[in-house]
Amino acid sequence: METVTLTIKKAPTLYLEAEIISPDGLAGKTADQIRALPVHMGNEEFTLGEFFDLAGAPGATAEETKVVVTGDLSRVKYLGMKMSGGEMVIESDADMYVGAWMSGGTLTAKGNVDSFAGIGMKGGLLEINGNAGNYTGSAYRGDWRGMQGGKIHVKGNVRSDTGYFMNGGEIVIDGDADVHVGTHAEGGKIVIKGNAKSRLGGQMVEGTIILLGTVDVMMPGFKYVRDEEVDVDGKNMLMSLYVGDLGERHRKRKGEPIYGKLYIRKAAPAAAESREVRLARAREARKARFASPEETASA
Amino acid sequence: MAKTVTDVTCPFCGSLCDDIEVQVSDDGTKVLEVFNACAIGAAKFLHTAAKDRVTRPRMRQEDGSYKEVSYDEAIEYTAHMFVNSKKPLMYGWSNTNCEAQSVGHEIAEATGGIVDNTATVCHGPSLIAIQDVGIPSCTLGEIKNRADVVLFWGCNPAHAHPRHLSKYSIFPRGFFTGKGHKGRKMIVVDPRNTDTMKLADVPLQLEQGRDYELLSAFRVAIRGEELPEKVAGIPREKIYEAVEVMKNGRFGVIFFGMGVTQSLGKNHNIDNAIMVTKDMNEYTKFAIIAMRGHYNVTGSGQVMGWQWGFPFATDLSRGFARYNPGETTSNDLLRRREVDAIMVFASDPGSHFPISSVREIAKIPSVAVVPDINPTTEISKLHVPVAVNAIETGGCCYRMDNVPIDARKVVEPPEGMLTDLEFLTRVRDRIAELKAQAPAGVRASAEAVGA
Ligand code: SF4
Repeated sequence: METVTLTIKKAPTLYLEAEIISPDGLAGKTADQIRALPVHMGNEEFTLGEFFDLAGAPGATAEETKVVVTGDLSRVKYLGMKMSGGEMVIESDADMYVGAWMSGGTLTAKGNVDSFAGIGMKGGLLEINGNAGNYTGSAYRGDWRGMQGGKIHVKGNVRSDTGYFMNGGEIVIDGDADVHVGTHAEGGKIVIKGNAKSRLGGQMVEGTIILLGTVDVMMPGFKYVRDEEVDVDGKNMLMSLYVGDLGERHRKRKGEPIYGKLYIRKAAPAAAESREVRLARAREARKARFASPEETASA
Repeated sequence: MAKTVTDVTCPFCGSLCDDIEVQVSDDGTKVLEVFNACAIGAAKFLHTAAKDRVTRPRMRQEDGSYKEVSYDEAIEYTAHMFVNSKKPLMYGWSNTNCEAQSVGHEIAEATGGIVDNTATVCHGPSLIAIQDVGIPSCTLGEIKNRADVVLFWGCNPAHAHPRHLSKYSIFPRGFFTGKGHKGRKMIVVDPRNTDTMKLADVPLQLEQGRDYELLSAFRVAIRGEELPEKVAGIPREKIYEAVEVMKNGRFGVIFFGMGVTQSLGKNHNIDNAIMVTKDMNEYTKFAIIAMRGHYNVTGSGQVMGWQWGFPFATDLSRGFARYNPGETTSNDLLRRREVDAIMVFASDPGSHFPISSVREIAKIPSVAVVPDINPTTEISKLHVPVAVNAIETGGCCYRMDNVPIDARKVVEPPEGMLTDLEFLTRVRDRIAELKAQAPAGVRASAEAVGA
């Protein structure tokens, strides 16, 4: 495998759109050809060479190419978009659409990435060492076919809307997830090792969500079925199985509806309780703030 | 003797009432009296006669004061701002007519701009949801004539769309609704006990931010599945009861407002509300309508839709239309410092955007094209006052149910004042001239990179 390294010279004033930076975009090209490739900022087109220094050379095909991107990439979009093979390493934080629509190969982002990472993903491995933004592994706007295959591993936290309209593949989040994980999911598997917020599995038709931490508010459309042992990273864990979303349509097999599955680790404290306690505390705090007589009277 | 203009449309809220009567002075320059409109609508008509109106553009000076400039100078500044920008944002469009919106879009196409309308902080999430799951909808006329179950979710028309209840949804007697409000069941869902909720047959006061859960619970109940004891603070019996009322109706409708579009979950709340509507159609006729705020924000979505395929937040910087709320929406663009010039058109982000965005507007080249002084004009480099649409000029507007209504001109604008359509047309033509003068292949900006 040949390695080509791109180092950004200075941060762009607006955001740079550089979907060409992927093993597929660079493979089989000479250094001069690569420097002449287009990147975009607003309504203007620039060459890759105007923004990046180049070292090494790509292989003949994407499979034989490793792309390393370094420097401050926090204002660069679309890195590794639509890559189909080979390897790519992003050494710093990156902006939106990292590994969007990727179908193969391995893409490692060493820092944080912004929203829409791995949207519409079909295959390959996307590894994010830091945190990810909203809509990780989701569908593109208006598409009802979200992530179809491959694996996304986020070592930090994710913001909201992870796995929106997910159809297949796997998302593993080592940290916490914000609201709306697996909304509209029709397949695939999501593992959250930290805590989840409300709307977990909302409108889920099929697929699996495994939660090792807690969820603050359960969806009303999930019903408890039984406890089961589930294998997570080779460890057997006792989990409660809920099925849902009961408000959604579900196809039937042998007369039995197929539901989405939500596994929540047994050791987790009962979510309803913790919420009640939190609410009570918030109410107390509110009362203390509005302690003056007129305001208590009107309240 | 004053004359009266009849069948006037009210350019305030999305109800776009078209039965207003306005008494104007004999010379046709002044609004004297307004009939049929609600208080907020009437105030807008009467305000056109305000003595303190600005009638010429104002340019901000070094010391922060404003100097009056001519429309020609304003057009020159605006055209240059667009030509020199790599990524101009054109925000607003909800308080103007479709003709002006269309010319604005020509400017965006010529300069690679981003056009976003006020839906971005209002019903944008509804538009996202509609794209995701579709929408079974109808017109307000159908509701007046047919609806016998009316559900208001996260909206307060008693104050925000004052004539909605009396003209369309609750009180009017229609063809099949001869008993008026006596024949209608009204369900209201809101975290607050609003004046709309006080009228409800079935008031459901839910925990703030739990609309998605409650909508899901409605869907579970519609399917006859079992619910937990309480959802969103509401006992399950009440949810089953509300669903029973809905199922027993002949024609039901859900109206929803910013209480659901701009609270936790945003588009997901609307998505789920639309799915409730779809589910209900297994039992009876049901429709859903967004309570659009400004009188022609719907029109902006319509014009963008037929021209570019997307209803708001459309980015043309690469020469083709791209749309991704969260990236191409005004607040994200401003907060992330992704645009280098802004034209605010027929709206007031200075009042409605978060401070981080407003600060950015103050930093970059900016033009505000609005009839009156507002918080946005006071942070913009240039304020271009224009005639008030649908009062001092006519034009096409779309009501909240996507029905186009041609607005009527009632009075003349103050002497020498341009309409926003005239201003935009001249800016568009000036941009074309400037572009023709610039030698081909020369970059507008001198982004020094790689040196
Ligand atoms: S309800 Fe709306 S459109 Fe009708 S008069 Fe009042 S403000 Fe104007």
